[in-house]
Amino acid sequence: MLTMTGIRTFYGAIEALKGVDLTISAGEIVTLIGANGAGKSTLLMTLCGAPQARYGRIVFEGEDITRLPTCQIVRRGIAQSPEGRRIFPRMTVLENLQLGAITAPASYQNELDRVFTLFPRLKERSTQRGGTLSGGEQQMLAIGRALMSRPRLLLLDEPSLGLAPLVVKHIFQVVRDINRDHGMTIFMVEQNAHRALRLAHRAYVMVNGLITLTGSGTDLLANPEVRAAYLEGGH
Amino acid sequence: MAGLVALLLTLPLVGLRTVEVQSRLTIEPHLAEVAMTAFLVFLGRLGLTVAASGLPGPVLLAALATLGAGWFLPFPTEALRVLALAGAAVVAIRTLWALYRRQDPRSQQERDRSLDLWGARLQDATRLIGPVAVALALALPFLPFTDRAVLDLGILLLTYIMLGWGLNIVVGLAGLLDLGYVAFYAVGAYSYALLAQTFGFSFWLCLPLAGLLASLAGLTLGFPVLRLRGDYFAIVTLGFGEIVRIILLNWGDLTGGPNGIAGIPRPSFFGIADFTATPASGQVAFHQMFGLQYSPLHRIIFLYYLILALALLVNLFTMRIRRLPLGRAWEALREDDIACTALGINRTTIKLAAFAIAAMFGGIAGSFFATRQGFISPESFSFIESAIILAIVVLGGMGSQIGVVIATLLVIGLPEVFRDLAQYRMLSFGAGMVLIMLWRPRGLLSHREPTILLHPRKSATQQHAEAVGAP
Repeated sequence: MLTMTGIRTFYGAIEALKGVDLTISAGEIVTLIGANGAGKSTLLMTLCGAPQARYGRIVFEGEDITRLPTCQIVRRGIAQSPEGRRIFPRMTVLENLQLGAITAPASYQNELDRVFTLFPRLKERSTQRGGTLSGGEQQMLAIGRALMSRPRLLLLDEPSLGLAPLVVKHIFQVVRDINRDHGMTIFMVEQNAHRALRLAHRAYVMVNGLITLTGSGTDLLANPEVRAAYLEGGH
Repeated sequence: MAGLVALLLTLPLVGLRTVEVQSRLTIEPHLAEVAMTAFLVFLGRLGLTVAASGLPGPVLLAALATLGAGWFLPFPTEALRVLALAGAAVVAIRTLWALYRRQDPRSQQERDRSLDLWGARLQDATRLIGPVAVALALALPFLPFTDRAVLDLGILLLTYIMLGWGLNIVVGLAGLLDLGYVAFYAVGAYSYALLAQTFGFSFWLCLPLAGLLASLAGLTLGFPVLRLRGDYFAIVTLGFGEIVRIILLNWGDLTGGPNGIAGIPRPSFFGIADFTATPASGQVAFHQMFGLQYSPLHRIIFLYYLILALALLVNLFTMRIRRLPLGRAWEALREDDIACTALGINRTTIKLAAFAIAAMFGGIAGSFFATRQGFISPESFSFIESAIILAIVVLGGMGSQIGVVIATLLVIGLPEVFRDLAQYRMLSFGAGMVLIMLWRPRGLLSHREPTILLHPRKSATQQHAEAVGAP
């Protein structure tokens, strides 16, 4: 579904991604783990074209999207729940969701129903302002908003950031449901390596702008290097 | 301490006065007034301190006594009397407030919330007030007390309301701080004046043309500043406003430079009839067409309805577009522009659209201004105009349509009503601004009406209750 080859992204003179190769097949949950500043979020943003990769190629469903502007990429069926959630605080939950569907020209009633089925809490809170939601609800809203554009590939940037363990568990369950029940392909960047690896079909490990390891989620969970670097100590 | 500061500040301001003596400027000291000022400030500060330390009762009495005595005591200048009266009034209000607060067990936050609730209730009321206000505005020319002065004031207010609504699109909805809105106003005014004088185009042809030219100007400004954000954006728009004014000032051949353009044609009654007493041969005058007695008021009333219609048009447009994808995208842009990118909103296009549309309305208001005044010069388009329009939008509560109306009444209406106060009217204007910023820092009506609801409409009061409800 998606292949990235030799992606190199720069912030000014600093090379944040130093040649990343990555593939995602339809129907998979793929996760990318790594330490702070390894370039995980940069990789997601590069995929969306902001910033664009200086070298390399990104092909989505047979089409080269490397040089497309972000709005065009989203229209091709890639939606992102950005890092830090970034919901619209003064708008209601419903307005936030509706803005997610802004690129989809047709009626969004089906998507809205789907989001409300996945997150019944959002329906209860639909007239409440986004800024007054709790962190977990905001994360649900961010994911729901991304789903509204009817994507085929859903990008999640650190959905567990700053959330209580129970809430994280709930969010990850929903992510699994979205994948299993709706066949959504999901690419997730996570710091919470343990949970992410248990959830994902396949995983990549990123260190300093390079992919150092790849394999199935369970393989990486058992991998001594990964255990030493990301799993033991914290979790 | 405050007395000392006042002494230092007033010494050069009040104490030294330039006087023309035998065609030479000399400096004349007024030490008694300085001492008096410092003493008054000292008294006021003392009152506030004592009130704060737990004796509001006596201070209140003293302040009220000063307020009463201030009318009769001899003061060396009128300014000092005003200072004494205003100071006493402030002290009295502060002590009253302190008294009220002491009996009120609620915390600061709760009080803020109850003020917000009042704002929300007011907004509920506006659903009724809106149509009533429109009806009143429609009936105004025929009310018994209406004379030329009232109509002129009405036209002035409506012009600013229209400009406020126009700027609200950029500042209130899209969240782009535009400090040079008056530039589009100027472009519209000059477009109309020049088109009408050079080519003899009628007002009704020039109005859309002026709007078009102004929106082109908006696009011209929009392109270079699209990459900028926040403060930098504001500075560039500020610069643009000045550039336009300076061009108008210096391009003497076209714009008449500082002399401006005079004798701008008046609008006709939709191109059918004129508002003159004696029409040119072969033409009909308005009063003849309707069999009325000629009155110069007809033109004023017509202008009044014209600007009312234009302003309502802008309002209608904004209310509609908020429910369309473009308006939603603007609001999203104001809230969080990174999230906008992630949602696939093309920021370039929507920023340009906001600019062009707001500029178009500014231009239309400008050409109305030109035709009403009959004379325009760069002086009418200085930065202070931009600042006033922006103040209207910000004070009213960004993005609030009715807030713009109320703020216009305050910002433009009050100084006009208080013309009798002469030089102190701008002081009352400043005091009003400070009070609004103290009590309603997000604007008078800061409640935001959602554009879509799952269930039937709820009142703003209920929404407010929900919005602040348990997270």
